[in-house]
Amino acid sequence: MARVTQLDVNGAARHLDADGDRTLLSVLRDDLELTGTKYGCGEGQCAACTVLVDGQPAKSCLTKVSAVAGKKVVTIEGLAVDGKLHPLQEAFLDADAMQCGWCTPGMILGAVGLLRHTPNPTEAEIVSGMNGHICRCGTYPRVVHAIQTAARKGGRA
Amino acid sequence: MITRRTFFAAMGGGLAVWIVDNADGQESGGGARRGMNQAAPTDVSAWLHISEAGAITVFTGKVEVGQNARTSLTQAVAEELHAPMDSIRMVMGDTALTPFDQGTFGSQTTPQMWPRIRKAAAAARETLVALAASKWNVDPASIAVADGKVTAGSRSVGFGELTQGQKLMKTIPASETLTPATEWKVAGRPVAKVNGRAIVTGTHQYAYDVHRPGMLYGKVLYPPQFGAKLASLDTSAAEAIPGVKVVRDTFKANRDGAGSDLVGVVALDPATAEKGLAALRAEWTPAPGQPSSKDVFAYYKKHARGSDAAPNPNLVPYTVAYIAHTPLEPRAAVAEWDAAGKLTVWTGTQRPFGVRSELALDLGISEDNVHVLMPDTGSGYGGKHNGDAALEAARLAKAAGKPVKRTWTREEEITWGYFRPGGLIEVFGKVDPQGKLTAWEFHNYNSGPSALQSPYTVTGEKTEQLHQTQSPLRQGSYRGLAGTANHFVRESYMDELAHSIGMDPLEFRMKNIEDERLRNALQAAAGKFGWTARKKTPGRGFGLSVGMEKGGYVAACAEVSVTAGMVKVLRVVQAFECGAVVNPEHLRNQVDGAIAMGLGGALFEQIEFADGKIVTDRLSKYRVPRFADMPAIETILLDRKDLTPAGAGETPIMAVAPAIGNAIFDATGQRIRSLPMTPGNQMPAV
Repeated sequence: MARVTQLDVNGAARHLDADGDRTLLSVLRDDLELTGTKYGCGEGQCAACTVLVDGQPAKSCLTKVSAVAGKKVVTIEGLAVDGKLHPLQEAFLDADAMQCGWCTPGMILGAVGLLRHTPNPTEAEIVSGMNGHICRCGTYPRVVHAIQTAARKGGRA
Repeated sequence: MITRRTFFAAMGGGLAVWIVDNADGQESGGGARRGMNQAAPTDVSAWLHISEAGAITVFTGKVEVGQNARTSLTQAVAEELHAPMDSIRMVMGDTALTPFDQGTFGSQTTPQMWPRIRKAAAAARETLVALAASKWNVDPASIAVADGKVTAGSRSVGFGELTQGQKLMKTIPASETLTPATEWKVAGRPVAKVNGRAIVTGTHQYAYDVHRPGMLYGKVLYPPQFGAKLASLDTSAAEAIPGVKVVRDTFKANRDGAGSDLVGVVALDPATAEKGLAALRAEWTPAPGQPSSKDVFAYYKKHARGSDAAPNPNLVPYTVAYIAHTPLEPRAAVAEWDAAGKLTVWTGTQRPFGVRSELALDLGISEDNVHVLMPDTGSGYGGKHNGDAALEAARLAKAAGKPVKRTWTREEEITWGYFRPGGLIEVFGKVDPQGKLTAWEFHNYNSGPSALQSPYTVTGEKTEQLHQTQSPLRQGSYRGLAGTANHFVRESYMDELAHSIGMDPLEFRMKNIEDERLRNALQAAAGKFGWTARKKTPGRGFGLSVGMEKGGYVAACAEVSVTAGMVKVLRVVQAFECGAVVNPEHLRNQVDGAIAMGLGGALFEQIEFADGKIVTDRLSKYRVPRFADMPAIETILLDRKDLTPAGAGETPIMAVAPAIGNAIFDATGQRIRSLPMTPGNQMPAV
């Protein structure tokens, strides 16, 4: 398998040398030390590993790193700009939409993707759009509330 | 061993306050308890330090698993020290820096640690006042402490300035008096999660995320079934992979179902380690004759110690499945040995001091040579009490001569972590025509003693018994332990009794409860739910339940719809009372989360196993609650400022399953006596 030597992550060219068959999750965490992207199941069931690839949410545990070469990858570390939190990050804090926080990065990036194609979602649209994400602490209603709040404030920012 | 001298050597000068549980504690009475004896500590339980630069640091052996102890304990300090929240740093669960603690479980942080830390902060404030009074030669009564400053008239200084040049150590008993809840300014309020920003920006480093220079990645070979023995092993193919090192070692202790052999691989990156693991050629001798999830309930009965001379033939059996905690961050550890043979381990655990003991015992080294650090972990729910990953990482690191990270996969976490016990519970009761309970008999096989005792008044004979038996699966602690199982059976059966005499379930319970707090919780939930005004429609049902445990009082009302055998929980109203509320926002979050988690165990979570293998070993097979499963949740917090705060992480889960089950019965006329409840679910063979 061809090796991947460069990735566009959080707006910067990152140099590496990884087997293209490896998962994006492992490369982000183990090679680039971007550990905000979380492992939860390795089979796309929990979405804790969600990142944005060219603006679309992708499960990095099921994505081969060769598949994102030349594309723009955004992880949770790259969402705030110059220390200013994204409206969804703010909204998650305001709604206390977390307990242990392990699912939170993936939740936020999943919600970024949701608001990108559905800027003013109904509650039902949030539930169906986010249903692939697991929060074992059970903060789901708070996550719904946070997404609604961010949408009202123009969460696409 | 931490002493006054080593404390100031590590922390620098300033003011330190140690809370000593025995009132005659010694000046140097700190330090860490030793050994596997986990009895309650009798010495230092917390300490607080104000540096000469004014940094406020508090040390506690309690840990943060998502329940927001870090925030509530910081509130305790802010409340009594009169300092801003963001000026306080909480060091938690670090065995080199914090006092010994048994562990974070049993809803004990709030009732035990929270008041102690408040006392340390109150004593520190009093000492700062005394220092200022002496420095300025004024009456201490004329000195005010607010917002991190000490003020008298026009003079005002920060805390650090007052402690400059000092090495003051104050040892105080745990009996100091505190600000009453009615006068709280920071406690009792919805203060935001203190490290929330680190979580939403991905910078909080969990054990899974720890990286050490030169670190290798480790994998461990587990048997294909519980109890299987390694018959032969060919490592040649694995060793032929460049960069793979195979490790063979033996744990001192036999690890439940997994034996004492350690066969592992280490490599420079996780992918190579995985290849190495896959290349190991192992043959196993199976362990035959193991029960499956279908016949385990008969197995419990068969292996129960002691027996009833004449079992009551009227006992009604209920069953409870094993379930998995499924913390979203699986077990993980990074271990590093230094040249002097000292071991440092970062791991997610609810018992860092317990893990230190496990490591010392297994590796045959002194606890003084083991340092365990616990980064705030990706949840536990009672599932992270032990140090499996830490032990593996430590032995792999020792063999490799380099730091090793060992992270468990989801399949390993579900299969080789431990489960909430399954259980068989048999119950019988009698009720007179007026609705008074006249007899009660309750036998619990395997699931455990928590909340076994009924809160109802029984006028006649009452028997409540836990029967020790054997579990074919590794089992252990869980949120609320057996509280859910015992409440499920008791509250479902109370519903059966109410229906047997045609009495409303609410009225029936109120007739048999004397405890005022329990009555209040039930009335609060029923009132908000609109219980007495409920209107039945086809396919819909209403249920309620009530209970108490660990100083918490809970009542739940549920509305469900049942369509073509599918249960949907539409609404849950739950009232919870645990004394004075410490942080209403975080308490509400805890209660709401317990309802979500309780719903999973009620309706679909279940470990299926056969031939010593876990069938439901991954999230595609083990269903946990999701967004679409959530009912409308209304949580009522009953704030009793006249009562000391109790913990809240566990009890709010206990009333959920029986309320749902009673609602399913109301909707369908079918009584489901098994957790999880799926309509049509037949009683397993007993």
